[in-house]
Amino acid sequence: MKQFLEGADAIARTVALCRPGVISAYPITPQTHIVENLADLIAQRKLQCQFVNVESEHSAASCVLGASAAGVRAYTSTSSQGLLLMAEVLFNIAGMRLPVVLCCVNRSVSAPINIWNDQQDIMAVRDAGMVQLFAESVQESCDLHLQAFKIGEDPDIMLPVVVNIDGFTLSHGFEAVEFPEQSAVDVFLPAYRAPYKLDVNNPMTLGPLCGPEYYLEQRYAIQETLNREVMAKVQKVADEFTAAFGRKAFGLLEEYRMEDAETVLLSFGSLCGTLKEAADALRAKGRKVGVVRLVTYRPFPKEALVRALAKAKDVLVFEKCISLGADGPVYTEVTSALYGAGAKVAVNGYVCGLGGRDVALDEILAAVDARERVSAKFMNVKQENLGSFI
Amino acid sequence: MIDEKILFAPGHTACAGCGQSLAARLVIDASGKNTIVGNNTGCLEVFSTGYPYSSWRVPFIHSLFENTGAVMSGVEAALRHLGAKEGINLIAQAGDGGFGDIGLQAFSGLWERGQDILTICYDNEAYMNTGIQRSGLTPIGSRTTTTPVGPNAAAGNVRSSFSFKKNLVDIALAHRCVYVATASVHVPLDLQRRVKEAHKMKGPKFLHILCPCPLGWQSDVSLTAEIGRLAVETGIWPLVEYKNGELVNVKKFKELKPVEEYLKLQRRYNHLFQGEAGAQALEAWRAVVQENVKRFGLLEPTAQA
Amino acid sequence: MFAKMHVKPAASLSNKTGSWRSGKRPQYLHKNCTGCRACFLICPEGCISGSKKSYDTDLDYCKGCGLCVAVCPVHDIEMVAEKR
Repeated sequence: MKQFLEGADAIARTVALCRPGVISAYPITPQTHIVENLADLIAQRKLQCQFVNVESEHSAASCVLGASAAGVRAYTSTSSQGLLLMAEVLFNIAGMRLPVVLCCVNRSVSAPINIWNDQQDIMAVRDAGMVQLFAESVQESCDLHLQAFKIGEDPDIMLPVVVNIDGFTLSHGFEAVEFPEQSAVDVFLPAYRAPYKLDVNNPMTLGPLCGPEYYLEQRYAIQETLNREVMAKVQKVADEFTAAFGRKAFGLLEEYRMEDAETVLLSFGSLCGTLKEAADALRAKGRKVGVVRLVTYRPFPKEALVRALAKAKDVLVFEKCISLGADGPVYTEVTSALYGAGAKVAVNGYVCGLGGRDVALDEILAAVDARERVSAKFMNVKQENLGSFI
Repeated sequence: MIDEKILFAPGHTACAGCGQSLAARLVIDASGKNTIVGNNTGCLEVFSTGYPYSSWRVPFIHSLFENTGAVMSGVEAALRHLGAKEGINLIAQAGDGGFGDIGLQAFSGLWERGQDILTICYDNEAYMNTGIQRSGLTPIGSRTTTTPVGPNAAAGNVRSSFSFKKNLVDIALAHRCVYVATASVHVPLDLQRRVKEAHKMKGPKFLHILCPCPLGWQSDVSLTAEIGRLAVETGIWPLVEYKNGELVNVKKFKELKPVEEYLKLQRRYNHLFQGEAGAQALEAWRAVVQENVKRFGLLEPTAQA
Repeated sequence: MFAKMHVKPAASLSNKTGSWRSGKRPQYLHKNCTGCRACFLICPEGCISGSKKSYDTDLDYCKGCGLCVAVCPVHDIEMVAEKR
């Protein structure tokens, strides 16, 4: 039976179903409701787990690193400045090959300080070696958490996984959500068995100094793991999820009305809801428009993407992030994948929604009609806000 | 020939005569094999765990420069969740920079949460691993690469410190650590006794060990123990012990040696023996000793009828 | 895929730091020893071993710092020249 819940509440209940052993918590809007709900579940004896209130996000990530190193399933959640503060720890967790699940409630980055949704935060750590998933709905936010633990803890993978959900839209939005039974989750996601850990009965040293003679292979191993084992595992786990719980999990990406699409709208996260509406509106007028929604961003699903775009003539990439001084990261990686495959398709890149600015359906439709050739075009720039600094 | 019971094996790349490697070995041998150690980046971690070598015969984790306090908090929470904390000693350790500067936040959080972990500061009074730079625990007047001596430097500090050195014992006491003590490597059995006392108590514990560093202090490698002894016997490094906030033990002396005896063995203090600025610095050191005498009662009451 | 990065306990024993010595090494006289174990306790390498009143250093690891010589209360250890 579905329950009508706030996104953070639904996510917390899902995390509880995953039976973590250690959760670390530090508040930052708009993530905080997740850890508050988890604290309450523990206090109400609905979740048996250690809850560590830490003094900063750097410590929140370090705490779950330690818990994972001790062989226990660990979880934390953050946004924006908190994610940037824990950035070096995230690289560290991946480098140490420890599985941790992190929810990043995507929020803009300071300065100026802004608490509303965009994806600049997670883009800043896209090189860290974590698996990165993006949810479109509250239901999918929950479903990806279940899959995230399973992917990261695979003994051939052993990498941290971040589930990205749009701040406020998904964290605070209410949706009718379905939860699996605990018994079904326990079958889908068995207890974590660490292939290596801190154990007085089998002592080992973790995190040694590593010189030029040894370091390169560490990065090579993570790269290979992401591109091979994770790429395959994400799809496999998605299929297992679909079979176990009867709800479609998309794995690497979702194709919407792509059968004969010539114009493709591409993005990730909840913005894709608007893109699908745009596609529907244009289809109603006889235009052959589809949507490709990236569900997995790291590893970047090059092959799946190139296949999905095989028949496309135009691709419009919309993203709520920008690599300042260059193009949007998604545009850059999409064009790079297409170029590498020798594909001849035109790609436009749009930057929208920064700092939580609403992206209207009309704006998407106008971009499609504009038939321009742009990369990193900022949408809806208000001229009256520009001028001198003071 | 090396005893398998030695939990910190030789073959590490510490400098000859390193006070920190001595302290580390004494600490882990006193703690026993049912110990998990977390270590911030610094000399000890770098010289004892350079892949493919490690000196440690207990589980050991190094993550970053400032987060061992939080990493070991996570380990403690994990063991509690597994019901496996009983009988396991946890140590979270760092150098003076890693503990008192960049890592202080994480240790503060660990202490404030009351986690059952022994936190240890191996104090060689500068960022030695990166080549002898000043830390918050570098005493006033110490020459380091970032507090060099010159006409624009007051007694060795380019920017004069507000206090003699950051007082971690007081900070630990303010956090209500159940066991707080200083230690010196020149009395190995006493150091080990303090480690064992600490492990007996439940809650956050702090041990501050002075680790003479021949390289950074510019002293003879064979004088590490002697310099440690003089630090204590001049009153600069009082050997104290607090349990549950109460001062329970102080090493007292009939009389204290003059600070010069300690300082003259270390070329990082050469300039204290020259000129007006040097003389002023020496006075500052003597004033610190007097504070210690008053606060801890370092001088035994004279035996008078 | 993984690349090896976990270090086995006491793997440092493969690194014979005795090669660091330059010209001198400690020599145990085995004459005055009282079995106080000060040398065993003070060695930063932990390469001194023995029992009762007979101790010696492991020259595979001894870096020649001379702390054992400095702390021996009965001067039963001397630094002697060493040809390499």
